[in-house]
Amino acid sequence: MDWQYLAELFLGGLTRGSIYALIAIGYTMVYGIIELINFAHGEIYMLGAFTGLIVASVLGILGFPPAQILILAALAAIIYCAGYGYTMEKIAYKPLRGAGRLSPLISAIGMSLFLQNYIILAQTSDFLPFPSLIPEFAFLDPVAHIFGSSNFVIVLTSSVSMAALTVFIKYTKMGKAMRATAQNRKMAMLLGVNADKIISITFLLGSSLAALGGVLIASHVGMVNFAVGFLAGIKAFTAAVLGGIGSIPGAMLGGLFLGLSESFATGYISSDYEDVFAFTLLVVFLIFRPSGIMGKAKVEKV
Amino acid sequence: MKGRISGLVIAASLVLLAGTAMADTIKIGVAGAHSGDLASYGLPTVNAAKLVVDEVNAKGGIDGKQIELLIQDEECKPEKATNAATKLISDGAVVVLGHICSGATKAALPIYTEAKLVCMSPSATNPELTQSGQYPTFFRTIASDDAQATLGAEFAINTLGAKKIAVLHDKGDYGKGYAEYAQQFITDGGAAEVVLFEGVTPGAVDYSAVVQKIRKSEADVVMFGGYHPEASKIVAQLKKKRVEVKFISDDGVKDDTFIKVAGADAEGVYASGPQDVSSLEMNKAARAAHVAKFNAEPGAFFDNAYAAIQALVNAIDKADSTDSAKIMEALRTENVDTSVGTIKFDARGDAEGVGFSMYQVQGGKYVVVQ
Amino acid sequence: MHALKKSLLISLWFMFLTFPIMVIRVNTIEHTVIWRWNNLILIGIGSFVLSLIWPWALRRREASRAKDSTAQAQVHILDRLAANKNILRTVIVALLALFLAIPLLGTTYQTNILISFLLYVILGLGLNIIVGVAGLLFLGHAAFYAIGAYSYALLSQYFGLGFWLALPLGGLIAALAGLALAFPVLRLRGDYLAIVTLGFGEIVRLVLENWSSLTGGPSGVSNIPRPGLMGMQLDVAQANIYVYYIVLVMAMITIVAVARVKDSRIGRALQALREDEIACQAMGIDRVGVKLMAFSLGTAWAGFAGVIFAAKTTFINPASFTFFESAIILSIVVLGGMGSNLGVILGAAFLVLLPEYMRAFSEYRMILFATAMVLMMVFRPQGLIPARGRIYHVDDPDAHSSNGGQA
Repeated sequence: MDWQYLAELFLGGLTRGSIYALIAIGYTMVYGIIELINFAHGEIYMLGAFTGLIVASVLGILGFPPAQILILAALAAIIYCAGYGYTMEKIAYKPLRGAGRLSPLISAIGMSLFLQNYIILAQTSDFLPFPSLIPEFAFLDPVAHIFGSSNFVIVLTSSVSMAALTVFIKYTKMGKAMRATAQNRKMAMLLGVNADKIISITFLLGSSLAALGGVLIASHVGMVNFAVGFLAGIKAFTAAVLGGIGSIPGAMLGGLFLGLSESFATGYISSDYEDVFAFTLLVVFLIFRPSGIMGKAKVEKV
Repeated sequence: MKGRISGLVIAASLVLLAGTAMADTIKIGVAGAHSGDLASYGLPTVNAAKLVVDEVNAKGGIDGKQIELLIQDEECKPEKATNAATKLISDGAVVVLGHICSGATKAALPIYTEAKLVCMSPSATNPELTQSGQYPTFFRTIASDDAQATLGAEFAINTLGAKKIAVLHDKGDYGKGYAEYAQQFITDGGAAEVVLFEGVTPGAVDYSAVVQKIRKSEADVVMFGGYHPEASKIVAQLKKKRVEVKFISDDGVKDDTFIKVAGADAEGVYASGPQDVSSLEMNKAARAAHVAKFNAEPGAFFDNAYAAIQALVNAIDKADSTDSAKIMEALRTENVDTSVGTIKFDARGDAEGVGFSMYQVQGGKYVVVQ
Repeated sequence: MHALKKSLLISLWFMFLTFPIMVIRVNTIEHTVIWRWNNLILIGIGSFVLSLIWPWALRRREASRAKDSTAQAQVHILDRLAANKNILRTVIVALLALFLAIPLLGTTYQTNILISFLLYVILGLGLNIIVGVAGLLFLGHAAFYAIGAYSYALLSQYFGLGFWLALPLGGLIAALAGLALAFPVLRLRGDYLAIVTLGFGEIVRLVLENWSSLTGGPSGVSNIPRPGLMGMQLDVAQANIYVYYIVLVMAMITIVAVARVKDSRIGRALQALREDEIACQAMGIDRVGVKLMAFSLGTAWAGFAGVIFAAKTTFINPASFTFFESAIILSIVVLGGMGSNLGVILGAAFLVLLPEYMRAFSEYRMILFATAMVLMMVFRPQGLIPARGRIYHVDDPDAHSSNGGQA
């Protein structure tokens, strides 16, 4: 047994999984509240990466130090993506509330195509190099070949933000209102919860996390183009399903599970079928345990 | 009722026929990716065609006839390529410059073959296109992938003394083809072994698992088939993970963007590319003309495209005809001075005098090493 | 005044929101920045105007919805047209004559575009059985299109099978694949079903891409024979026209067959299943059998279309069968009007012919198309031509106005 190899694959999977988890949370929160697969969520992640790239480049030209650039770019990406998420909901989903299941899904697919082409037209269709913003930490130097500082920053940032989200949902009044809306929107509204506001907040939060994921992963791999959102989006969606869609801890667990299994499958089997593996996992889970790892099985009452 | 139908038919036919104009110019089709994510590979060809045609037209055209360009975008998609090809044929193109991607070219070629239309690609490197002998009207001004893969593998084994080679690709038509030819060449030669054959997914969030595999395989050379965005990611990850390995890649990586993107990590990377022709007078002139007209440096395959359109124009001129058989005859027999040197075409359609060289990134520039 | 103030705020918001993407253009390689301030002004003006129109359009939508539910004005005109058998017949005959005449009058290019259009009609109608009639959200239609195309390509490559043998076989194989997918997913509903089918679609594509030894991998399969006409050698233009007539006949068969299926016992069972699954089971409808039927019927058409597609292009590779393709087919069904066959045909015309003729704006056509998708859903979710339940007439003149199965 090659333990170092195993550890490398595990840590690589952890990095990958943290990103999936960050994006998956957005899917799962939106689904939990309005039962919509927000297809354009992957594009929010891509927009986050682009906004981060643009802000970082401008700041870089102005001569800011890298660590500050990273923080400012991430903040800008979060603010802008939260704005995009909020606006998107108002334009493409809100007018469709109560219009059945298919219409919002098509609208979401349209939104996703729109955002991709928006980037192509306003920016470029090429891959853009993303500056490596994450500083090299001296204390990680001995193990940097296994677990570099960008892996460290990604895992740390996503753990912290997920923990913060959990606290928000569990202990704040707004969080309680969100949970209530997810359980039963009508009842929550009767009890004085402003459902529109809750839905907006859901989009704001989910988009912020996706933007954060976008900036982190873009500076980790160093490349963005308009299409990166699609694959990442689908993978994150798989993660959300694995964990049980609608469940936030489930999305985190699902993300890690998917990241680790992809990493091991690539490492021990072959990278040719890396994506096939993820999709097979998705299909198998949906068929045999559609409620996911953390979800509760729903019994339909007549 | 009958009257109504015939009225409709007449109206429809008028609309349809209005599209086809009379041929008083020599029409040259230009097909390739002009939009979408591969546009950067197709647009330089359009520019090259415009430059040459403007020059020829300014001098009075070919035998007094002006050249007109018919530009068709097919986004490198096979199904659109067939549409573009039929559109060019019905619009009366005499020859076609294109297509850009091998897949799209493969889809369009049966149509040109049937229509006996000469088609010349500046960039489609798939070996089958010329070697299968199925497309007699196809020509190209770029050498094929197997030549490139062979060059890369030979270089790895003979010059770098590689014993264990890891072969990677981007799961694309071009990249995987290169990787498979390289693998075949290495296995057949027996001087080295392929210790890893893997694909990476463009746009994936992380390549670290594949990089760890390279380390585990203890390869001394990595050969990568694909384009520069993935190559720069892999190179950066290799550096980050401190995997000491030499990196050889293909024409898709022999692009200055790669060096700018990968920065210091690019140092020492080998990539094969078309022979260095930048010292040729005609090449300098072509590039200068591009800068003068479009206010930018020319992009991918510009030299090959410029040479292709020069060869086509020359062949039409020499053939004194727009008949395909005569044009093909002229292409195969007449030497023509182009921006990639003096070329003519062999029986299969490959350009003689066009080949690949091996380059290495040294001090932030590609330098010829072989 | 209040509306103006609101619009001003909205336009300021959009100017802020689109600022980094629309205004700043960085060159990350040369480290230069271009500021495109005029874009900011355009966005400001554009969003100001649109934000004035938007609430008005929404109000209009509400108003027309209220009207629709009482009067159903839209349906009336179409009903009257459809009721007049003479007009209907004239229109059909005229269209048919036009379609028959086009390859003889138009260019190969025109014919080619119409072949694509008719292929999408077949694909859309097939998907319509699953999505429109049975109400099962299906995002993997391109996989079955691919299965059909590869069936023909590989059968002809390895066994030398001809087009006419491959056409039914391709449909059969796709239908069997549809059944294979349907069995395990029968329990799933709604969105979960959508995701499983999406996953399945991607798996099929990735397997085609990676199984190089069988499928040629990303290089695809080339030199697929065109259909032969009684041993005659056809040149490209002729073969194209021949394929056109094949696909035209196929499309007509599809139109008739799908319409018949919709009104058959199975079709009605499917529509009932769409409305309420549990009630159906209580009524004694064989849920499993009917669903399997819907899947295999829908995917079989995709298989036929795939075979014809392979024969038309003579070259296929996995890149033609991405998720995007499934999304377009689904959009055809939804934009046209779920469950409405005429709607699907119009939807195909809208999504396939329009972009093809709008090549001049090729840069903008995808974004326009995406915008249209969203706007359609917001303002006309029932599609261009909403599906109508079949009206069963009863001899009693008093009962004439009652309609049997309003869907």
